Parts: sequence; C-alpha cells; structure tokens
Amino acid sequence: MTTLLEVEDLTVTIGGRPVVDGVSFVVVEGGRLGVIGESGSGKTMTALAIVGLTPDGAEVTGRVRLDGEDLVGRADRSYAALRGERVAMVFQDPRTALNPVMRVGRQISEPLRLHRGTGRREAARLAVELCERVGLPDPERTARAYPHQLSGGQRQRVGIAMALACRPALLIADEPTTALDVTVQAEVMALLRELVVSDGTALLFISHDIALVSGVVDDVLVMRDGRIVERGPVATITGAPEHPYTRQLLDAARRTSYGRRS
Amino acid sequence: MSEPSESPSERSSWFGELWRSWPGRIGAALVGILVLAAVVSLVWTPYDPKQVEPRQKWLPVSWGHPFGTDGAGKDLLSQVLVGARTTLLVAVLTVVLAAVVGLTLGVLSAITPRLVGESLAYVIDVLIALPTLILALVFVAALGGSVWTVSLALGIGSGVVLARVVRAEVSRVLTQDYMITATASGSSTWRSIWRHILPNIASTVIVQLSLIAALAVLAEAALSFLGLTPVSTPSWGRMLESLQQTITVHPGALVFPGLAVVGATLGFNLLGDALRDAVDPRLRGRSATVSPVFSSVVDRVEDPAIAPVSGGGGT
Amino acid sequence: MRYVLRRLGLLLVAVVVASVVIFALLRLLPGDLARVIGGTQASPERIDAIRQELGLDRPLVRQYLDWAGGLLQGDFGRSALNGETVTGQLGTKLAITAPLVLASTILSVLVAVPLGIVAGARHRRADGIALSAVSQLGIAVPTFWAGLLLIIVFGVHWSVFPAQGFPRDGWDEPARAIESLVLPTITLALSQGAVLLRFVRSATLDVLHQDYIRTARAKGLTRSQALYRHGLRNASLPIISILGVQIASLIAGVVVIERVFNLPGVGQMLVRDIGARDLEKVQGTVLLLAVIVLVVGFLVDVAHRLVDPRLRVGG
Repeated sequence: MTTLLEVEDLTVTIGGRPVVDGVSFVVVEGGRLGVIGESGSGKTMTALAIVGLTPDGAEVTGRVRLDGEDLVGRADRSYAALRGERVAMVFQDPRTALNPVMRVGRQISEPLRLHRGTGRREAARLAVELCERVGLPDPERTARAYPHQLSGGQRQRVGIAMALACRPALLIADEPTTALDVTVQAEVMALLRELVVSDGTALLFISHDIALVSGVVDDVLVMRDGRIVERGPVATITGAPEHPYTRQLLDAARRTSYGRRS
Repeated sequence: MSEPSESPSERSSWFGELWRSWPGRIGAALVGILVLAAVVSLVWTPYDPKQVEPRQKWLPVSWGHPFGTDGAGKDLLSQVLVGARTTLLVAVLTVVLAAVVGLTLGVLSAITPRLVGESLAYVIDVLIALPTLILALVFVAALGGSVWTVSLALGIGSGVVLARVVRAEVSRVLTQDYMITATASGSSTWRSIWRHILPNIASTVIVQLSLIAALAVLAEAALSFLGLTPVSTPSWGRMLESLQQTITVHPGALVFPGLAVVGATLGFNLLGDALRDAVDPRLRGRSATVSPVFSSVVDRVEDPAIAPVSGGGGT
Repeated sequence: MRYVLRRLGLLLVAVVVASVVIFALLRLLPGDLARVIGGTQASPERIDAIRQELGLDRPLVRQYLDWAGGLLQGDFGRSALNGETVTGQLGTKLAITAPLVLASTILSVLVAVPLGIVAGARHRRADGIALSAVSQLGIAVPTFWAGLLLIIVFGVHWSVFPAQGFPRDGWDEPARAIESLVLPTITLALSQGAVLLRFVRSATLDVLHQDYIRTARAKGLTRSQALYRHGLRNASLPIISILGVQIASLIAGVVVIERVFNLPGVGQMLVRDIGARDLEKVQGTVLLLAVIVLVVGFLVDVAHRLVDPRLRVGG
C-alpha cells in the first residue's frame, strides 16, 4: 500500500488563532478516510489547506506531501497544476459552487481542456459521457443547461463529474450531501462510493455525520477545535469509541438519524 | 440576525470601530473641520469677507492672508470660512429632508398592499431617472436659487433614491423570523414600525445619509458655480465662478475654494464608508449589485457610494 | 420578445409619468410666467394678453394636454421670450453635446473598467490600495473644478488646447472643433471614470468572494484565470447596470462642463433658459433629457436580460 497523501503537523492560523492545530495523518492509494467533526472543528480548513485554497490572510505551516512532493508554500501556479488533475475537490453548497452564467457541460470539460489539452469538441463529448456516468438524466441536454435549471442533487452530481473528469488520484469531498434532501443524499452517497471504488480513487470525506460516512470510508479521524482527538477504523470508532467527545457525537447522530446504520 | 435591536454596548462598539480605521478618522476630522469653520465664522473671521480693499488685491499666500486675496482685495480665507456655513446648512437640510422623504416613501411602498406598494415603487424608479442636478435646476428655475430651494430640490432628489434602498431593507427585515412572530403575536403596525423595523434599517440609512451629504456639497457647489444662487449668499461655488474670470492671470486663487469642496465631500464620503464597515464588517470593501433602473425588486442593498451619485455625481 | 414589449410599455408609461411630474413642477410652483415675460414695466392689460396668448388662463389639465399633444407631434416647446423652438435649437446644440458625451463615456469605460478590475483583483496589494485611494479622491473632486484645473495646466500654462469656446463655424472646421472638445472630454471622463472605477472594483471584489471562483481554482485554474474566465462574465452584469445609471450623472456633468468650457451645447442652453425663466423651453428640454435617461435604462434592462441566462424565461 503506497502512501499517497502525507499530512504532518499541519497548522492553519487565521488572525492569530490556530484553526487547524498540528494535524497529522496519512492516506494510502485507493484508501478512504473520513474526517468527522462539528462546524468550527477545522475539518474543512484542513481540506482547503491540503489543496492550497485557504482564504487570504490564513497562514499555513507544516508539511503536506502528495506522491512525495511537498505542497505547502507552493506558488499558486504550480499548485494549480495539481488541482483537478492529481487532487480534486467537491464542495458543500451546490447552489453556489457552480458558475451561474456558464453552461454545465463547459464547466465539466474545463479541467480536461486545462490539464490534458483536450480540444473543444472532444472535451464536450467527454463532458456528456461524464454526465452520463454520474447518473444525470438526458446527458446531452443536461450538458447544455445552466446550473439554475438543475436541482440541488443534479448540481452536486455535476460537481462530482467536474472533480473526477481527469481521474485524480485523490478526491476530497467536503460535506457533499449536507445541503441536499435526505432522499437525494443516499443517492449521491451511493454514486460517490461506486465511482471511487471503480476508479480506485483515494477519498478524503469530510462530514459532521459519522453514521453517514461509515458506509463509504474505512478509517475515521475525529476532529475538535482544530485537533484530532481520536482515529481508527470506522467500525471500531462507531462500535467502541474511546474519547468522550466521540461518544457525544455518536449519541447525537443516533438521536437524529432516521433508521440509518449507526 | 435574530436580535431585533442593538444593545447599547453593540452600538458603542461600532462607534469605536469607526474611530479605529483610517478612513473613519480622516472623514470625521474633515467633517469636524467643516463644522468648526461654519460655527466659527458666525462669530469671527480674520477679515470681513465682503470688505473691498482695492489696494490689497491679488496678494499671495502669507501669514496675514493664509489663502491670499482676490481681485477686489477680499480675503480668501474669510470667504472660505463663511462659505462653509452655506455648505453645511445645505448639507444638513438636504439630509434631513432626504431622510423624511426616503423613509416615508420607502416604508410605505414596502408595507402597503401589493398593488399600491408596487406602483409606488415604480413611480420611485421613474423619479430616480430625473438626474438630481437637473431636478434642482428645474426647482431653481421656478423658485429661485436660495439655500432653501436648493436643499428642497436636493432633498427630494436624494430622498427618492434613498426610498428605493429603504424599501429593499424594509422588505428584507419583514421576512425575518422575529417579525413574523411579532405580527403573529398581534402587535399593531405602528408599533412594529417603530420598535422593530426602524432600528434594524437605521445603520444602512445612516450610511446612505452621510453619502447624500457628500452629494449635497458637490451639488450646491455646482449650482452656485452655474450662477443660479443669489450673489448675496456666500458660497464656494460662487467664489470659483468669479475667480474663473481671471483664470489666465491668477490661477492660484482657484485652489483654495476647490480644495474646500474636495475636503468636505471627501470627509462625508469617508465617513460613510467607515460607518458601513463598522456596521457590517462583511460588507467591507464590497458593494451589492445595482438593480436595473426599472426593476422594482431590489435584491440587495445598493452601494451607498454609487446610488446617491446617480443623480448628481457629474457635479 | 414578450419581455421586450412589456418593458417598452413600461417605458412609455414612465415617459408619461415623467412628463406629468415635470409639468406639475413648473406650473404648480409659484411664479407668474406672464409677468416674467411681460417684464416689470408691463401694464396689467399687457400681462393679461400674454396670459391668454400662452393659454395660461386655461385649466391646468387642459394646459398639460395641449403640451402633451404638441409633444406627440414633435413640438417640444417654444420659447415665449424669443420664439425659438427646442427642436430647432437642438440640431446645433447636440452637435456639440453628443460627441462630448459619447467620447467621454467611451474614454471613461476604456480606462476605468480595466483599472477597476485590477483594483479589485489586487485589493490587498499596494497598487490595488493606491488605485482605490485615488478613485476615492476622484469622486470627491467637483467636475467643474477639475475642468478649471485642466484649463490652468493645459490651456493657460502650456497652451496646448484652447481653454474655452467652440469655433464659430462649428464642425466645418473639424480640427479646431476636436481641439476644443479635448479638455472637456478628459474632464468629464475623469469624473465619471472615478465613480466607475469604484464600482467596477466593488463588483470585482464581490465576484472574487463567490464560491464558484473557489471551485474554478480547485479545478486547476490560477487566480487570474479563474477571475477572467469565470468572474468577469458575472461581474459584467452589475457593470452594465451601473453604466445605465451613470447616464443621469453624465447629463448633470455635461451641464456643468459646458459652462466651464463655454461650449454652446444643450447644457448651456438649458442653464441660460433657466436663468431667463423661459419655462416653456426648460420644460421641453428637461423632458427630453429625462426621456434619454429612461430609454438608456430600458436598453440596459434588455441588455441585462440578454446576458444573464438566469433571467431568460423558459431557458
């Protein structure tokens, strides 16, 4: 099992306050890791720090290595070459994550044209294929649609298509289903799982819902106030949590989940 | 925001915020100087601004005459000080009138039943199409160019633009949860307006008003420059108009009244910007989209630096 | 298409409303037009005769309808003082005002839009902050003062361009005509440009904070690529709006500029008529200006509709 992503002592400081505090973990090729925590735990910021998209004014220290290459401190241009190609991200809010004035197909084909130099027509064709792959109805027509013409679930599928277009080695998903209806959530989760397994893509799944990720990831990190408080295989964590905070999260999840596996 | 109104400690904290930023300090200082000049000139000026002294004409800047003198030997500093009075008076009157017009029209068009409200909003949009300065010209044509007429015209012109902003803000407030609760619990419309709506839109309105003041300064200067105000009323614009005639031989004198206008306008603008940042740090450095001229539905608050300018920024 | 027709209908209604407002303002305000025309020496009989001649003794509604009827036939009013018609004068006046307005708009857009984007994109860097400060100063400078300063520097000190006036033969001497329009155009462009720059900067900042920019960067676009390929198209929407709103302030600016540079255009005619209390002509001219503003607003709305896919019905 080769190591794909190595995070060592990652710290993100905003306005003097450490939002992410000395976080370390490893993701192997094809591995699937969940990052669990409440809002404010630093889980999203960890993900953004990995891809170099922290907000202006945030200070990132520590080491992040992708395939042995150091990432932290890179210039935007060289970071950009990796984003979308080796590591890709799916964001939380489907209403705002897509460009409202650009057709969806074009947004999907963009990483292909950017990283692979694919021609316009070929990329458009591939975009339609990707639409089909993520389960969008009537892929040809959908590719020509604008985001506001699609539902939340459909937009999120577009986001997934965009992220997987260049078959990256690592996919980071930041609460991709939180903003969706419960029924749609299950569908999108299933889609993610299927795609990630069939492509052998490594997955870093961020969520506040430990029960939700248990069907998709192998291991889990629990974060609180910027630090990792517990880590381990998902079955162990959910079955026999050691840290009191983890127990709190599980109790809360059990209380609010509707018959989901917990 | 679920708090209906600011607590005293919140209010004082944004005032403190204002003071901490550079634009806030400079803006407050400039406006302070304007007020000081106007007030001081009521009791004292270095020389009598109207006193003609043919032998003292066109004196350069000196300790005796910090701004020099004009072609009739009148001290320029004294004239500027006295002019500050007119500027401040017009600015204050305009702001008061704009507030009355803007709040009334804006609140009315937001809370009245759909047909009335929407038509009112439409009329507001049409009125906004008349550039404020042109409106002022029309008023002056009919009523003469006194300080009161000018302020009336500017007040109505800016008030109408303010009304659109107020309408958007009130609509926004009305959809907030606590408002629905308040009406459900039976509080009457009047009480709702006073206790809930006004405090929440107060900050936006105050910001807009400071920018309307800036606009009033520019507009008054332009109108008096155009010669539409009586000669007896001291005014920076008038000074520039008479100094223009000797521009080829004595260009320097034009600097001071002009700087005075720039200073006053800049002061109000900076104050407005700083107030906006202090009130809502999220809006720092940003604006919201300006709705198309005809749209009755304004999505977000308009950029205060732009909205009042639409009528008379060209001055 | 249906949308265009609907907006066109609203435009016509707006024109009517504007005409009513303008008419009301000028007629209902105190001031006896007949007396003004007759002069202070005129006898009561003479004043009565004038009143009858102009139809001022008829009920207001009738007067309005007469005027409106004339408008529909292309008669924008006739001076009661010297018989000139608004339309008659328009030809020569517009030949000066129109090129001035067009040239300064184009110049201000060419300069302010790119600079505004830079100011927004680099808002934390030194050059972005400097641009922002300069534009802040720029909007505080009264247009006429900027014009005077330019006259001093380029017209008097260095004598590069004519300080004032327009050649008597007008465009028959194209070189000299253009020369006289250079300084006014630059002045107006600077004034409008400062406002435009601030707005473009705001719109750019707004866009840069949007989620889809982050998504674009996550796909591998650099900051500038994300801005240019995704951001600008979105930012163009509010920018189109502001250009429409600017027409109003542009008109106000032209009036002042024509006075500063002594250009015999529409603005100068308006101010002169106002000074002479020639209300018939003022009425017609102001309505004409209002119509221009409304039409531009309508065009902006349509352009908005064309550019923003979210506004297209059934798209």
